[in-house]
Amino acid sequence: MIPLENTDNVTETTCFHCGDAVRESGVQHDGKSFCCAGCKVVYALLQENNLGQYYTLYSAPGRTSTFEHGDRFSYLSDPVVEQKLLDFTDGATSAVTFTIPQIHCSSCVWLLERLYIVDSGIVHARVDFLKKQLRIRFARSKTSLRRVVEILASLGYEPEITLASAAHPPTAHVQRTLYYRIGIAGFCFGNIMLLSFPEYLSTADIDQSLRYLFTTLSLFLSLPVILYSASDYFRSAFAGLRRRVITIDVPLAIGILILFLRSLYEILLLGEPGYLDSMSGLVLLLLLGRLFQAKTYDRLSFDRDYTSYFPLAVTTLTNGTETVVPVSGIRAGDRILLRNNEIAPADGILLRGNASLDYSFVTGESHPVGVGAGSMIYAGGRQVGSTIEVEVLREVSRSYLTQLWNDVPGNDRAIRSVSRIADATGKYFTFGVVAFAGLAALLWFPIDPSKAWNAVTAVLIVACPCAIALSIPFTFGMTLRIFGRNGLYLKNTSVVERLSHVDSIVFDKTGTLTHARRSSVEFQGSALTSAEESKILSLVRHSHHPLSRVLTCNLSGLPRRDVVNFVEQAGLGLQGYVDGEEIRLGTREFAHAENAAGPASQDDPEHSRVWVSIGGTCRGAFLFHNVYREGLDELVTALGHRYRLHLVSGDAPSERKALGSRFGQIVDLHFRHSPAEKRQFIQSLQERGRRVLMLGDGLNDAGALRQSDVGVAFTEDIASFSPACDAILESDAFRSLDDFLRLARESVSIVLASFAISLVYNAAGLSFAFRGELSPLIAAILMPLSSITVVAFTTFSVRALARKRGFR
Amino acid sequence: MSVIFVLIGFSLIVAGGFLVAFLWAVRSGQYEDRHTPSIRILFEDHPPASKPTTVDHQP
Repeated sequence: MIPLENTDNVTETTCFHCGDAVRESGVQHDGKSFCCAGCKVVYALLQENNLGQYYTLYSAPGRTSTFEHGDRFSYLSDPVVEQKLLDFTDGATSAVTFTIPQIHCSSCVWLLERLYIVDSGIVHARVDFLKKQLRIRFARSKTSLRRVVEILASLGYEPEITLASAAHPPTAHVQRTLYYRIGIAGFCFGNIMLLSFPEYLSTADIDQSLRYLFTTLSLFLSLPVILYSASDYFRSAFAGLRRRVITIDVPLAIGILILFLRSLYEILLLGEPGYLDSMSGLVLLLLLGRLFQAKTYDRLSFDRDYTSYFPLAVTTLTNGTETVVPVSGIRAGDRILLRNNEIAPADGILLRGNASLDYSFVTGESHPVGVGAGSMIYAGGRQVGSTIEVEVLREVSRSYLTQLWNDVPGNDRAIRSVSRIADATGKYFTFGVVAFAGLAALLWFPIDPSKAWNAVTAVLIVACPCAIALSIPFTFGMTLRIFGRNGLYLKNTSVVERLSHVDSIVFDKTGTLTHARRSSVEFQGSALTSAEESKILSLVRHSHHPLSRVLTCNLSGLPRRDVVNFVEQAGLGLQGYVDGEEIRLGTREFAHAENAAGPASQDDPEHSRVWVSIGGTCRGAFLFHNVYREGLDELVTALGHRYRLHLVSGDAPSERKALGSRFGQIVDLHFRHSPAEKRQFIQSLQERGRRVLMLGDGLNDAGALRQSDVGVAFTEDIASFSPACDAILESDAFRSLDDFLRLARESVSIVLASFAISLVYNAAGLSFAFRGELSPLIAAILMPLSSITVVAFTTFSVRALARKRGFR
Repeated sequence: MSVIFVLIGFSLIVAGGFLVAFLWAVRSGQYEDRHTPSIRILFEDHPPASKPTTVDHQP
């Protein structure tokens, strides 16, 4: 029993290391106060290693730190686990990459990159700030993976070690290849351009030997462009043709190839300059378009599933001894221990302890659920409070939650084409170009067969759809950036196009339409006097339980009193004496409310409730209601004009009436849908030809998010977990959803308008080509000009439209 | 006029040098994390040898 005094008047000293308040348990060291021994040790460690500069960078930079590791990381000594986590090892040195969410400021970078001072075994440490990653190379003779992790945890930078970090994602070097291609194409283009100038600019004939030098050099410089930089276009066109699909890459590849072959012919056989400058310029522009399109958000992850959430290891209890084993080694029947803030990796039955499980990652419901012994515990729940003992019912891969993931038919999105517009245009374009080329051949053959070849190749060159191929990456790339600046992060540019096709929107309720962290409180029972309310406030403000915090918020403003004999029992409630009267807040049993009558007595699992007893008599209960987000009505009305709206919730229909009167006309309401049923609901909409946008937040929406045409994960904090999706929407940007959708549609219109512009240029080019008069100079002017016009038009119009909608 | 042969040769070598520098920069990973170096450059390379003076923290 800890007597709590009213500490409000006492000026609190704060810990030199972490900035927390220093209580009685505080430690003095080196003339400074620390809240705990851990902070003191970290300070001493830093001073000892001459890293005291850490404290000059940032006030109280240390965050949470504990030194009681015990066997917590012992599983890291397991060679199999170690092998899975290491990026690379050669026996002497090993490299490992950790994700450390705590990295938040420059002093984090400073400290983490100087770990070699703390442990000489650490050879090299490098932080990627945006990705919140730390890459460490260490000497195996001097230190171990377990020790490295323990050091990090002691410093308050405990790495996130989950099932996903054990499954190594291939380190992506796609971007690197693109840079190589661009660098080489740029180099070759610049030089070929310089070597072509004399030909274009001089009026008099150029010396034959010089001309020979220029063209030969150009030819050599063009080889890396066609063989390396442009190789992707040939490969993709060929792959498309083999699947009998004509994509936009087909006419592009034809254009590039004809440009090169005709130049080869003219240079080698006719001694003329050829079109190599146009060709390399074209390839460079196309590659730059790709780079612009490849914008990604490093700090976000769109592919997370349960594995990036589940721990890698868990404590098991066999015959009274605790061992830490990898999660994959857990079998049905095993007994596991879940400590405060640990996540249940498998479904199980609660054997011992007061379970209070936070399923917010699973359902979006923010309040922990109390569970009694003998009840089911589902994987994904986070235990809040004391340690509990659970008997595993099913293996990890077969739990309720993971099944959900494995049920969704293979993600066909990877196979799905990047852009439907591009491919549809590519098809018509190719047919058009072939038709025109045939026409040119037919017209010229009777007149002058030698010119027919000239005209046909000229048509193929001029019709090369580079402007069209550039318009899509630049328009959608720009839209993606504007969305990102305003709180909607897209996985890639093809999502813009899919957003524009959406005609139905499905919402999840809890955590999406309602606030995940706020709720309103209603008291049911015999009314409380304000004196009683102030007693309750005095009690709840000492507790960190989420419901206590909501109550504190709601009752704030009332006078506070001293509490004596304050006790918080995890999973049960709070008790304490105020002015000599015993106050109990908590579960029905805890507050002796078994026999309480009145409206609050009927149990419905919908609302979290806290029972109140004062002086031994039950007074009633506080009910917590979800609060709907601001601007919801306006948004629903705005969206209702264009889209069919559905609400799918896992909850019982207790709020159907309230919701129905609010927007029953516009929204189609569905309740009591299990995660699998949510997915099936979306599938049934799709079978009726609808294109569905799903907006959800928890893991229980994961199946629906993947099934939908566009899955948008909703989050209060973009740094926190969000299930696999196509886009992540910040809660602040919720109201702008309608504007986002509008801008996506307008972007598609801009792309179509830019097609029209580029067709005008193509028509102009064709008139030269038909006459067989396409000189290298005309090609060198016309092709970049059309591309630049289109790029300028699309980016400026997207920006203008975005500004009109009030986007930054 | 034949000096132009030499000049073009030189210009290609210089440009090639820049190309190689760029390819090296990409290869060494400089284009993968473009944010952290901006933080790193602000740190002192050598912390003061004497016991560092610490800033007093206001609670």
